[in-house]
Amino acid sequence: MKKKTFLSLIAVLTMTGLFVSCGTNKSNNEVANEVVNKVEGSGNSGTDNSGEIKIGINFELTGEVASYGQSNVDGIMMAFDEINAEGGIDGKKITAVQIDNKSDPAEATSVATRLMTQEKVVAELGPATSGNFMATIPVAMQNKVPAISASATADKGVTVDDKGNVNEYVFRLCFNDSFQGVTMANFALNNLEAKKAVIIKDNSSDYGKGLAENFKDTFEKSGGQVVSEEGYVSKDKDFNAVLTKIKGKDFDVIFIPGYYQEAGLIIKQARDLGIDAPVLGADGFDSPVLLELAGANALNDVYYSNHYSSLDQDPLVQEFIAGFKERYGADPNAFNALGYDLGKYIADAIERAGSQEPEAVKDALKSTKGFRGITGTFDMDENHNPVKSAVVIGLKNGVQATSVKVDPK
Amino acid sequence: MNQFLQQLVNGISLGSIYALVALGYTMVYGIIKLINFAHGDVYMVGAYVGFAVTTYAGIGFIPALIISMLSCALLGIVIEKVAYKPLRNSARIAILITAIGVSLLLEYVMMYFVGAEVRSYPKLLDDSVLKFGNIIINIQQIYIVFTAIALMLLLQFVVKNTKIGKAMRAVSADRDAAQLMGIRVDSTISFTFAIGSALAGAGGVLVGIYYNSIDPLMGMMPGLKAFVAAVFGGIGSIPGAMIGGLSIGILETLVSGYGNSMYRDAAVFAFLIIILILKPSGILGKNTKEKV
Amino acid sequence: MNSMKVINKKNILILIVIIVFYAVAQALINNGTINNFYEITLATICINIILAVSLNLVTGFTGQFSLGHAGFMSIGAYVGALINMEMNSTSGFLAGILAGAAAAAIVGILIGIPTLRLKGDYLAIATLGMAEIIRVVFLNMDDITNGAAGLNGIPRFTNWMWLFIFTALTIILINNFVHSSYGRACISIREDEIAAESMGVNTTMYKVMAFAIGAFFAGIAGALYSSYFYFIKPSIFGFMKSIDILVIVVFGGMGSITGSVIAAVVLAVLTTFLQSYSELRMIIYALLLIVIMIFRPQGLMGTKEITDLFKIVKKNEKNQ
Repeated sequence: MKKKTFLSLIAVLTMTGLFVSCGTNKSNNEVANEVVNKVEGSGNSGTDNSGEIKIGINFELTGEVASYGQSNVDGIMMAFDEINAEGGIDGKKITAVQIDNKSDPAEATSVATRLMTQEKVVAELGPATSGNFMATIPVAMQNKVPAISASATADKGVTVDDKGNVNEYVFRLCFNDSFQGVTMANFALNNLEAKKAVIIKDNSSDYGKGLAENFKDTFEKSGGQVVSEEGYVSKDKDFNAVLTKIKGKDFDVIFIPGYYQEAGLIIKQARDLGIDAPVLGADGFDSPVLLELAGANALNDVYYSNHYSSLDQDPLVQEFIAGFKERYGADPNAFNALGYDLGKYIADAIERAGSQEPEAVKDALKSTKGFRGITGTFDMDENHNPVKSAVVIGLKNGVQATSVKVDPK
Repeated sequence: MNQFLQQLVNGISLGSIYALVALGYTMVYGIIKLINFAHGDVYMVGAYVGFAVTTYAGIGFIPALIISMLSCALLGIVIEKVAYKPLRNSARIAILITAIGVSLLLEYVMMYFVGAEVRSYPKLLDDSVLKFGNIIINIQQIYIVFTAIALMLLLQFVVKNTKIGKAMRAVSADRDAAQLMGIRVDSTISFTFAIGSALAGAGGVLVGIYYNSIDPLMGMMPGLKAFVAAVFGGIGSIPGAMIGGLSIGILETLVSGYGNSMYRDAAVFAFLIIILILKPSGILGKNTKEKV
Repeated sequence: MNSMKVINKKNILILIVIIVFYAVAQALINNGTINNFYEITLATICINIILAVSLNLVTGFTGQFSLGHAGFMSIGAYVGALINMEMNSTSGFLAGILAGAAAAAIVGILIGIPTLRLKGDYLAIATLGMAEIIRVVFLNMDDITNGAAGLNGIPRFTNWMWLFIFTALTIILINNFVHSSYGRACISIREDEIAAESMGVNTTMYKVMAFAIGAFFAGIAGALYSSYFYFIKPSIFGFMKSIDILVIVVFGGMGSITGSVIAAVVLAVLTTFLQSYSELRMIIYALLLIVIMIFRPQGLMGTKEITDLFKIVKKNEKNQ
C-alpha cells in the first residue's frame, strides 16, 4: 500500500516539474514575441531598448471591475498616443506593455512581478482599485520600480503603510477617501444645512466603505446624525426595498458612496418613489452614464465632489473633453480623466528625470511641483498623495449647474 | 401597513424578474438535468439584441421583443448542438463544466465587442407611476408581473396539453424509452432549449427596459438567483419556478426592508438551506424514490 | 510481499527522489532560473493542487457535489492571516495554518451534518449558499476583517519550502485516506449510496468525514494563499473561485489525484500564458474549456492515476 502511495507521489512531482519547466519556458517565448509584435505594431523603428520607453499597464481588463480598469486604460492610451504623435519623450516613443489582472489581487501581484522583473518596465501604472493596487505594492517596493494608481483611494495601506511609513515607490493621483468623505459631510452640514442623513453604501467595494466611514465620522462630530446606514452590492439593480424603508424615516440628505452604475439607478428609483431629498456622492458619480441611467428629471438636487468640472473653461480641460469624444465617441468619466492624467504624469516625470532608471523616475515623481492635469494642478506631498482641490458639482436636470471649490486642509 | 404593502409590491416585481429567468432554467433542467450556467448569459445576450435593434434600427417594443426571442432561441439551439449534445452520454458534471465555459464565452465575447461599460436602454414603454393611496406602482412593474404569469401559464399549457409537451415530458422521464416509442429525442431537446432561451431573451429585454441598465456581466447574479429560485420551488416544475422566484424576491425585499440590507443575500441562502433540509426536493418538487 | 515494511529499498529511493525534486527546484529558484514571476505561478499551482485534491476527495471520490469550496478556503485565509499579522513570525505562520485549517474543518462538520443529507444538485446549491453566507459574514465583520477593504500587509512567510511540504503532505495524506478502508467506504457511497448503506456503511459519518477533511485542506490552502499574496478581501472567495476549483477537478478527472495535480499545473500555466492577451484571454480560456470537455469529457485522467500507466507498461513487458 505504502509503495503505491510513494510511487504515485513521485510520478506526480516529476510531472509537475516537467510541466512547470516546459510550460513556463514556452509562455516566456510567446510573451516575448507578443511584446515585440506590439512594438512593431505601434510603428516603432525597432525593438532596440534605447529607442523606446516601456511602461507597464496592470489593469482590470476582465472580471468584475473591468469597466473601471478599461476606462482608466482608455485615458492612458489617449495620453500616450498624443505624446508619441508629438515625438515621444526626448525622441523616444512610449511602449505600453498591457497585461490583464482579471480583477483579482493575486493576479495583480503576478502581473506586477512580470512587468517589473521580466519586461523591465520603467514604471507600472495601475491597477484601478485599491485592493488590487495594494496587492502590487510589496512587489514595487521589493523591485524598486515606481507603481502609480490613478484611482486607488483607500486611506490606509496605499502610499503609507499600516505603521505610518511612506511606501517609497508608490504614488497615486486621486483624492483619498477621507478628503472626499469629509468634504461632502461639511458640504451637507454647511451648504445644505442638513442635520440628518441616510447612507446607502456600496458594501462590496473598499471605496464605498472608506467614504461612508469618513462621512459618518465628520457628520456626527459636527452635530449631525446618521439616521440609517444601508448597503448594496455592485451590480444590484433593484433598490426599492431599501428606499421604501428609508422613505418612512426623517432625514435631510442621502449620501451614496459608490459608483455611477448603481448610483444612477438608486437616484431614479428614489425619485420614482417620491423621495426628493438632496443626494450626495463623490467622484464615483462622474460619468455620462449617470445621466443615462437616472434620466434628467431625476437629477435635481444632486451634488458630488469631483476633480474638475466640465464647465471649467480651461482650454486643457475643454480640449481633453473634445479629444476624448472624438476618439471614443462618448464623454469622459472620472476614470478616463484620471487615466489620461496618469499617462501624462508618468511621461512628465520620465522627461524630468532625464533617464529611464526607475530610481530617477521615482525621485522625479516625488518632487512633482505644479503638475497641470485635467483633474487639477497639484504638488506631491511627503506621503506621495497629490495636493489638489476638489469641486463640489451640483446637477440641475442632469446638467452641471453649480460648482463650489474646496481646498485641501 | 402602507410600508409593508409597498414592500410587497417591490418584492413581487423583483420576484417576477427572477421567475422569468427561472422558468427557462427549470425547463432546460427538467429535460436534460443540466444546471445550465449559460442561461443567465443568454438572458444578457437577449438584452443586448433588444438594445441593438431598438437603438440602431429604431424599431419598436414588440418587434424588438420578437427579434430578441428569436435570436436567443437560435443561440440556445446552437449552444445545445455544439456544446452539450456531444456530451449527452457523459457524466453530468462534464456538461456542467462545458456550461460554465459557454457562460464565460458569451460574457467575454460580448465584453470584447461592446466593452464592460454599463449602457442605458432606450425608453420603449410607458414608465409613469400609479399611486394607490401611499402605495406607488410603476406601470412597468405591472407589465413584468403579468408577462411572468402569462408565460408561466403558456408554458404549463404547452407542457401539459400539446403533443410536443408530451414528448418533452416523456424525454424527461426516460430518454431511452422515449426514443423506443418513436419520439424524436434530439428535436425535442432542441425545442426545449429554443423555448427556454427565448424566454430568457424576453426577460432580458424586459429587465433592460425596466431597470434601464445592461452590461455584459448582468446575467451572473440573476442566473444564480434563478437557479436558487428553481431549486427552491422544486427544480423541473414550472409553477415551482414561479413560486420560487416570487418567494426569493419577497424574502430579499423583506430582509432589506425590515432587517439588515447588508445580510440580504446571506439571509436568502440561509432560508434556502433550511427549506431544503426540511423538504429536500423543494416546495413543489417530486420526491423520487431511489432503487438499488 | 514486503509492502508491510515501511522502510525498504524502494521507499527510501522514492524519498530520495522527492528530496532531489525539492532541492533541484530550490536550486533553480536560488540561481534565478525560476525567477520571481515563475515562483508566483509555482505558488498558484501548489495552492490550486491542495484545493483541487481536497475537493476531489469530496466530489470525485465520495460523489458529493460541492460548490462551496472557496468558503472553506476563505476561513483558512482569514484565520491564518489574522494570527499571522498578530504574531509575525514563522511559528505564528504555522499556528495560523493549523488554526485556519481546524476552523475550516469545524465549520465543515457543522455545515456538513445537516446539508449532506441532500443529494446532487440540491447539495450543490446548499454548499454554494453556505459559501456565500460565509463570505457575507466576513464582509460584515468589519472590526475583525476590515470588511470589503480587506486585510492588507499580511507578512509573507509562504515560500517554496512550505508550499512543497504542504502540497506533498496533502497529496500523501489524501491518497492514503482514499486507499484506506475509510476511503473505500467513501467510494462505495459514490458508486451507490443505498447499496453502501445496506452493506452497513455509515454513509452520513463518511460523508461528513470526507467533507471535513476536504475543508481542512482547503483551510490550509487559504492560509498559504493569504501569507503569499499579501492581501485578501471577501470577494476573492466568491462563487467563481469555487467554480475555478471545480473546473480543475473535473478537468483532471473525478477521482484521480494525479489528474487534479496535472490539471492544476496545466490551468495555471495556461492562465499565466494568457495574461498578455488582455480582453481576449477569457474568450480563449472559455473556448479551450469547451473544446477540452467535448473531446475528453471524463477529464484528462478519468479515474486513473499516473501509476496505472506504469502498470500497463509493466504488463506489456511481461507479455512480451
